[in-house]
Amino acid sequence: MSVSGARAKSARARPARAEPARTEPARVEPAAGASEQIQTTYREAMRAAIRDAMQRDDRVFLMGEDVGRYGGCFAVSMGLLAEFGPERIRDTPLSESAFVGAGIGAAMAGMRPIVEIMTVNFSLLALDQILNNAATLLHMSGGQVGVPLVIRMTTGAGRQVAAQHSHSLEGWYTHIPGLRVLAPATLEDARGMLWTALEDPDPVLIFEHGSLYNAKGMLAADAGAVDIDSAAIRRPGGDVTLIAYGGTLGKALAAAEALEQDGIDAEVIDLRTLRPLDDATIIGSVARTHRAVIVDEGWRSGSLAAEISARIMEQAFFDLDAPVQRVCSAEVPIPYARHLEAAALPQVDGVVAAVRTVVG
Amino acid sequence: MTPPVRPATNLDAAHRLDLLRQMLFIRRFEEKCVELYSGGEIRGFVHLYIGEEAVAVGVNSALTPDDNIVSTYREHGHALVRGVPLDSVMAEMYGKVTGCSHGRGGSMHLFDTSRRFYGGNAIVGGGLPLAVGIALADKMRGQSRVTACFFGDGAVAEGEFHECMNLAALWELPVLFCCENNRYAMGTAIERAQAQTDLAVRAGSYGMPAWPVDGMDVLAVERSAGLAAETVRSGGGPHFLELRTYRFRAHSMYDPELYRNKDEVELWKERDPITALAEQMRAAGELSDGDLASIEDELARAITESVSSARSAPAEDVRDLAKFVYTPRQS
Repeated sequence: MSVSGARAKSARARPARAEPARTEPARVEPAAGASEQIQTTYREAMRAAIRDAMQRDDRVFLMGEDVGRYGGCFAVSMGLLAEFGPERIRDTPLSESAFVGAGIGAAMAGMRPIVEIMTVNFSLLALDQILNNAATLLHMSGGQVGVPLVIRMTTGAGRQVAAQHSHSLEGWYTHIPGLRVLAPATLEDARGMLWTALEDPDPVLIFEHGSLYNAKGMLAADAGAVDIDSAAIRRPGGDVTLIAYGGTLGKALAAAEALEQDGIDAEVIDLRTLRPLDDATIIGSVARTHRAVIVDEGWRSGSLAAEISARIMEQAFFDLDAPVQRVCSAEVPIPYARHLEAAALPQVDGVVAAVRTVVG
Repeated sequence: MTPPVRPATNLDAAHRLDLLRQMLFIRRFEEKCVELYSGGEIRGFVHLYIGEEAVAVGVNSALTPDDNIVSTYREHGHALVRGVPLDSVMAEMYGKVTGCSHGRGGSMHLFDTSRRFYGGNAIVGGGLPLAVGIALADKMRGQSRVTACFFGDGAVAEGEFHECMNLAALWELPVLFCCENNRYAMGTAIERAQAQTDLAVRAGSYGMPAWPVDGMDVLAVERSAGLAAETVRSGGGPHFLELRTYRFRAHSMYDPELYRNKDEVELWKERDPITALAEQMRAAGELSDGDLASIEDELARAITESVSSARSAPAEDVRDLAKFVYTPRQS
């Protein structure tokens, strides 16, 4: 570790850092008010969001493999076929490129399709359509061809489904101008991001971490649309900024709880929107805590965590008291065996250990 | 006074003259492009359609302005006969802000949504899913439009082609698949790339009507496309035309044509669709030297004007580089 070296450098290069005021960070939570709370799951919240969108707008339809009669690979669309019929809950053949491209074409022609790709792994079969058409048409047509399409897909590991079903490739998609990339990690976002995404005139990718579908909690009965622009501070703290999203948010929050026992007060940021990144929230937090640990289930090399780290370096270098740390997946195809898979993924212990290297 | 009733044959003759004019329009436009490219005035990949004009003209003639077109990177002809204004196409070749894609697309990405022309696509087969989706939207909303989707013989080897044939047939979508079989996927002859070179057979295996058409005969193309389009429009599901044609020029401007011999090219040039129609019309007394000269004059003047207008058109401000990446939001 070169922590001490970095300190020496920062002490030298940062002669007069004003201590920023400790303002309470704005929380991006839907206003619960006095509304009734219901117990629900991430899966049910997502389903409610799809139902709501279908009811609001005739142009919306859901298309993908086994979304209809089967009820969705992860049971997200269970029951929707009976409610909306096979035209709007549209089962497709196993033709990712064709049905993603058809979603793009339908969006170009005025519909508001929700295309479900079973998992991010299969999205590679549609990558050409996503990159060369969805993300590009607006620009290469000189602004004529908009693609108001939403593509949902499951991402992530942790369920012992081995190397071809455990990718976290959302970071790849954040490389692409023209796309907006979302990662709902909470019930509010599972319920609220879809509608906002459908209102977006440009293509939006929603990554749903597979470990979250069964997550239970309370949600306002009238929960609705949320913004898809900003990161949220899920836990305010002053000593270190933990930056997480999707499947790693829970791990970051658990690490923050553990660190609290040791008197370390961690702030936890939920990125929510992975592209465009909400630099202001990230940099604002780091300016207060002077330390950052990024928790990203993607592989470290060329990761979203690398991009965030670079931005912190570019925009908050003189605020840092320690080098930015990254807790990422080990650079191996994700193995099947439970203990090996666990060792490959970011875990709470690893986050705690990373924080200890930068604090104190 | 009532207008004189014109005999049907004269109407047909006028129509044929128009088809001839459209083919010449494409030919002369592209010949000008070669000249401009050689002079360094236009750049990028430029794929010429010379020799294949009967396909674009015949198919487009069978469509209505309300139908959709999805095209390829060899799409100057499709765009021009669709009515994308010549000046805006030429300006796009120059990368000017007045171009039909604001200088962002160039030769391979001509767009004009006001004419339901959904662009040149430079990924082989990449436009097929878009056509399927546009047709799906039309079907879901009860529109009676046809979506004509152009692609080459090379695309038939792509997985995307087969996914789209299946999906369009399965969902009975109003797509007219127009396979421009010019016998070469860039430099790879069809016999070297396709186990079954009878491409209509491939499409027919998905349960859609599919047949080969002489793509060097504009009237044959128009007839087949008309028949297919009407069936598609009336709910007959997708149709596939294998339009057998030939590219007289290189694949693009960088191609030394090592993969085919000159005799073959010369043989096909004897079937030049423009010469063929012109000779047929002359033989029928429907075309005089004067008619031809006046068409040529008109085209030459319009193309020359489009060049001067493109040359003097403004370039996009570099500060607008990032325009059209995301739709501007009202806030």
